[in-house]
Amino acid sequence: MSQLFKMMIVDDSNIIRRKIERSRDASIFDVVAVASDGESALQQLEDKTPDVVTMDLTMPRMDGIACIEAMMGKNPDIKVLVVSALSDKATGIEALEKGARGFICKPFSELQLSDALREMVGVGNV
Amino acid sequence: MSEKALEVFIDGVLNYFKHTSDNKIKVGAPYLHNNTEPATLDYTGIIGVSGSYKGVVYFTAPKVLLTHLLLSLGESDTSMENIADLIGEVANTISGNARSEFGQNFMISVPTVARGRLSEAHVPQALRSYVIPIYWKSYNAAVVVCLEQ
Repeated sequence: MSQLFKMMIVDDSNIIRRKIERSRDASIFDVVAVASDGESALQQLEDKTPDVVTMDLTMPRMDGIACIEAMMGKNPDIKVLVVSALSDKATGIEALEKGARGFICKPFSELQLSDALREMVGVGNV
Repeated sequence: MSEKALEVFIDGVLNYFKHTSDNKIKVGAPYLHNNTEPATLDYTGIIGVSGSYKGVVYFTAPKVLLTHLLLSLGESDTSMENIADLIGEVANTISGNARSEFGQNFMISVPTVARGRLSEAHVPQALRSYVIPIYWKSYNAAVVVCLEQ
């Protein structure tokens, strides 16, 4: 039996949050928290202690880059997958430099998201 | 705005609809439109742009297209909240994807969603917009690009 990873979904779109929840392999990723902006994600971080976070970048109140930086300050072991429409290389590099482990661009397929999450935690496809 | 720059947004629309269950989308010939009467349908997702370009990019569509699009994306909840969420997300995705061509200085806002006709506050009155017509299934929609360098 695979290890179960606690997962947080951070995105200002309800549709995207639900799509990510549908796309992940439920036998590997247990969604313990959802947040619609960076501030809310940080508030939930200590209670929920996720292993894995999917992070949008363009959000109200606190954007994804600032949130990744703050999360890494609290727990550098969290694995962050950026899921964003911002498709330029510089933004991808900036997110990785702040501590993200992966990046997929919107729009994405359910398979792309599922594969990216598995790859990030080192679980191969079955 | 150059033809090449406009193609970035056309590619963005085509790329978005590639991820729906029915990706047979057609894009019409773009045309210039006066901002005193913005081209709008039932719902509009508006993205403010600053940095290397200034202005707005918006996606406008009828409610029936958005309902159908939600279902096509695997989302069964077709409430008004999700319809508004979807139109903002489409606008955000098309605008965000444009950074692959325009770079990080093409800065975009979070989406604003409007129902019905856009007010003068939404689009720069002194400029004109390029309207990119979209035909998906039996519905019409449009991406509207109003930018200056």
